[in-house]
Amino acid sequence: MKALSQKRRHPFAFVALLLLGLLLTGGLYAAATTVNQAQASNTPDGFSSEQVEEGERLFVANCATCHGMNAEGSDAGPSLVGVGAASVEFQVGTGRMPMQMQGPQAQQKPPQFNEEQTTQLAAYVASLGAGPGIPDDEWLDVDQGDPARGGELFRINCAMCHNAAGAGGALTEGKYAPSLHGVDAVHIYTAMTTGPQNMPVFNDANIPPEDKRDIIAFLKTYEKQGSPGGFSLGFLGPVSEGLLIWTLGLALLVGSMVWLTSRSS
Amino acid sequence: MSASKQTYTEDEYLEVNEYQPKSNTGRIANYVDTRVGGTSMVREFGRKVFPDHWTFMFGEVALYSFIITVISGAFLTFWFDPSMATTRYSGSYAPLQGLEMSMAYATSLELSFDVRGGLFMRQLHHWGALMFVLAMSVHMIRVFFTGAFRKPRELNWVVGASLLILGLGAGFTGYSLPDEVLSGNGLRIIDGMLKAIPVVGTYTSFFLFGGEFPGNEVIPRLYALHIFIIPALLLILIAVHLFMVVMHKHTQYPGPGRTERNVVGYPIGPVYAAKAGGFFFIVLGVLSLLAGTFQINALWNYGPYDPSPVQAGTQPDWYIGWFDGVLRIMPGFIGNIPLEFVLPTPWGGNAIATPVLVPMIPITLLLLGVFVWPWLETWITGDKREHHLLDRPRNAPTRTAFGVAMVVWYLVMWGAASSDLMATHFALSLNDVIYWLRAAFFLGPIIAYILTKRICLALQRKDREVALHGHEAGVIEVSADGEFHEKHKLPNEYELWTLVSYEAPAPSGPRPNAKGKITALEKLRARLNRIWFEDRVVPVSREEYLEVMSHHGHGPAALEAAESRQAITAGSSTDHR
Repeated sequence: MKALSQKRRHPFAFVALLLLGLLLTGGLYAAATTVNQAQASNTPDGFSSEQVEEGERLFVANCATCHGMNAEGSDAGPSLVGVGAASVEFQVGTGRMPMQMQGPQAQQKPPQFNEEQTTQLAAYVASLGAGPGIPDDEWLDVDQGDPARGGELFRINCAMCHNAAGAGGALTEGKYAPSLHGVDAVHIYTAMTTGPQNMPVFNDANIPPEDKRDIIAFLKTYEKQGSPGGFSLGFLGPVSEGLLIWTLGLALLVGSMVWLTSRSS
Repeated sequence: MSASKQTYTEDEYLEVNEYQPKSNTGRIANYVDTRVGGTSMVREFGRKVFPDHWTFMFGEVALYSFIITVISGAFLTFWFDPSMATTRYSGSYAPLQGLEMSMAYATSLELSFDVRGGLFMRQLHHWGALMFVLAMSVHMIRVFFTGAFRKPRELNWVVGASLLILGLGAGFTGYSLPDEVLSGNGLRIIDGMLKAIPVVGTYTSFFLFGGEFPGNEVIPRLYALHIFIIPALLLILIAVHLFMVVMHKHTQYPGPGRTERNVVGYPIGPVYAAKAGGFFFIVLGVLSLLAGTFQINALWNYGPYDPSPVQAGTQPDWYIGWFDGVLRIMPGFIGNIPLEFVLPTPWGGNAIATPVLVPMIPITLLLLGVFVWPWLETWITGDKREHHLLDRPRNAPTRTAFGVAMVVWYLVMWGAASSDLMATHFALSLNDVIYWLRAAFFLGPIIAYILTKRICLALQRKDREVALHGHEAGVIEVSADGEFHEKHKLPNEYELWTLVSYEAPAPSGPRPNAKGKITALEKLRARLNRIWFEDRVVPVSREEYLEVMSHHGHGPAALEAAESRQAITAGSSTDHR
């Protein structure tokens, strides 16, 4: 200590300190960037580099026409940097992507890629930039969810577009909120985290994963329960009820009226 | 002979004259009858003759649906608690377990899931209510298009229209009772409509809700209206309605042997009584079938009422639909100009909610129009005679056309209530649906009027053609000199009657009043009268008929038969004034 204090006025002390400082910042920076690179480009969490490579190949062959060779986006489709694996899981897993045609919004159709390919595509898109990932199974386990709480959350956050019974509803200019009956838990979850089409994003700060699980639990309970009162008429409420009474109801009664007033021959 | 001379004491006389039943049943029946006087009632009503036609039975459907709704509603009152006190749900429906809600909603859920037969009775009550208003509406349409509202039945028409409005009230108050999100939204719209009324709106709303919406008062108040006041009024008016039907006698369609002075049909007893009684059970059967197989108002979906959420697919029951629909097609802005404005007043200004107020205009006009129509039509046509024979709709082209125009107008408003479902189910843009409905709101009635009037006139011309020249038989004959012509089959006497027995007077010009002056109002009347009658199709006259018959070269026997046809004389009075 004494030696150090004596040498602090040495003419080279300033140079040595500067060197030390530069080395430290440079070293830290280098370390930090390599860590970042390892996360961003090589292998995103939960995926292998092989999957990323395969995914890139599939992407170039099937998606690049609209989304660009490096997923940077074009006039025909948005950039996919930072949309995350969850977006791919939802869009490709429900058959919405690749899109059949341009329109107000992507239509659901039978998935064009199998599970393995979808995961590869998800790995590639996730490697482009940080974004919402595919949820852990824990958050999709409806047995751990509370359907009553989920129902309340659903009515407050979702029912204005998706209908109280999840039957779907209209939005402006040909867009619509689709029916939620028969949708996989993972797709309900990823739809909430990514906000596909016209849906807003419900991130984890807005609706925590536990609450998302409750909502899924509610929808699944609802699906299982069916309609206690008979045929559901599409869960559309008074309009389909009115239609039924004016068609079947009226027809049955007019039929019996004609029968009652006809003369027996 | 000796027996007839026998004298009786007063007691013996009474005993002999009294009917002595032989069986026990007879004795009981006689005991009751001598004290209630049922015989005379049966004699009076049982002999009442009613004409037979299926379109005359919609009123009956309405009556029976009402009775079914009352009975099923009484069942519901045993469990339903119209209270807005909060409770925590602990019934058997899992997805609502533990949620805070009003007693009204909790007991509605209890009725649906924990009361034996409760869900069925709830659904029967609701389907019955839908059918009640439906049957009244169709009944009213039938009465309108056949002209059954004419003298002497104008007041009964007004009673019927009041019944329809009461039916809407009964339905809406019932729809609002379960206190779930759907019905709460419905009430919110009514609240908005009330508050849109300038100056007094807010006071009216606070008066109804007992303070700011939604408050804790409205469900018990609606309940009192729903189970007591409105049904009582309905019952009274139904009694008046039926009493007037019996007093006026029933109308009938024109046909051979049917005149303004008779009623052709069967007496109530015994066949009609049996038919009508049986028909009650058919209506009950149809409604039970619906209640047992089709879910209606799944109130467990909507959740306890909370003023913040509004759900997609929120609609009223069908009969309130047109209120909702007309609000949906009313724009709030035209370009960038808001339609809502603030009226400056000494106390600071009154907001005028034009987008809510203006849509109430067509509704008010239509309802008001229903009430005044019988007098309006009499005023225009100048026809002040009694009518017990109905019009075939084609034989009153202007009325029919106007009626169809109004029905189309109603349908546009009604359909607009499901604009969102039309968009999703037919893959359309919601905006386009609204634009088309706006166009249809103005153009629909006009197009419907023109089309219907033309169709009616074309049908009348065809009737003339058939009466004079017969139906095309589809058989082509070649004469000896090579001429082709189609055989025509003349209508029989029964058919001829319906084809020719109607009236189509020429338009009557303006007539001066007692002071010899033609008022502006009278000029208006004359103009409307001209529009009413100007393109009339004149029914076949006797001369015309005979001329055509002789021209056709029918034998003297056929001509003689033609001359004896009463229908032509009956219906040939083209100008009755």
